[in-house]
Amino acid sequence: MGVEQTQEVKTLGSGFVTTSLDKLVNWSRASSMWPLTFGLACCAIEMMATGAARFDLDRMGILFRASPRQADVIIVAGTVTKKMAPVIKTVYEQMPEPRYVIAMGACASSGGIFDTYSTVQGVDEILPVDVYIPGCPPRPEGLLYGLMKLQDKIRAERNTFGAAIGVGDVIHNKA
Amino acid sequence: MSDKAIVEKLKAKFASEVLDVVEFRGETTITVNKGQIVDICTFMRDSLGYNLLCDLCGVDYMGQSPRFMVVYNLYNITTKQRIRIKAPVAEENANIDTVSTVWSTANWHERECWDLMGINFNNHPDMRRILMPADWEGHPLRKDYPVQGPDREPYQGRLS
Repeated sequence: MGVEQTQEVKTLGSGFVTTSLDKLVNWSRASSMWPLTFGLACCAIEMMATGAARFDLDRMGILFRASPRQADVIIVAGTVTKKMAPVIKTVYEQMPEPRYVIAMGACASSGGIFDTYSTVQGVDEILPVDVYIPGCPPRPEGLLYGLMKLQDKIRAERNTFGAAIGVGDVIHNKA
Repeated sequence: MSDKAIVEKLKAKFASEVLDVVEFRGETTITVNKGQIVDICTFMRDSLGYNLLCDLCGVDYMGQSPRFMVVYNLYNITTKQRIRIKAPVAEENANIDTVSTVWSTANWHERECWDLMGINFNNHPDMRRILMPADWEGHPLRKDYPVQGPDREPYQGRLS
């Protein structure tokens, strides 16, 4: 009859110890975001330039990994065709959680100039995108800014320690 | 051997098959019936030395009849001569014999032509889609195929 069931979000709470442990987990995740080596089009050239000596992603703890099983982030760098979409989805599903998606450039964000039958109109049709980076292609500064935005987003997450030991889920806060 | 002499040799052998011969800026194009295309191509290769099929493509002349044209761009490696052969294909019965028995490179070209244009090649050894996904419906390079795909609203112009 009048029994109300309130769905309480299960967490470890927000005491000093748990939030400090959350901060530790968030710090380690934000400081070692390993992206998957995955380029689809000309944006990949810009992504390589960002990784190379001049802009140097390594100084931010961002190392490209050749296997999705060792990666935390997938940077969708380029045009996603409908033929490529199932491949991207498979690669994304092979990544261990927590995993993040960056849509790099106009094509990955919205289809870009390729408003055609063969092109996916934005990778968010198949993957949950965390950060969109505009540009055609974005300059390395743009990609760096997007990666830093993702770091901010990771740092703002709560209950990451609890989720890691199996208590509740991660709470995503606005960065 | 000049292009004119080659055309004369082809005409002597296939008098009823040659529909038209056009020369434009030094390039000779021969339009032939599709019925004996394999025999014509075999003759071009064996007797006239056109041993390389550079490209095989389809053209959609929508609104004209016959609607399609299959184009064979040939090259003679020995004499460095080029020639072009075209064969009209009607829309309602869009098929033509395969020339993959003459030049095996035609295998993939014909698959592409069928994939994108919907021109079927009889007796082809491996007729599958080559560029589009295997479960795709329709032939997107046809002029009446919507550019943004059949499942989307067509582009209405800029809103702002």
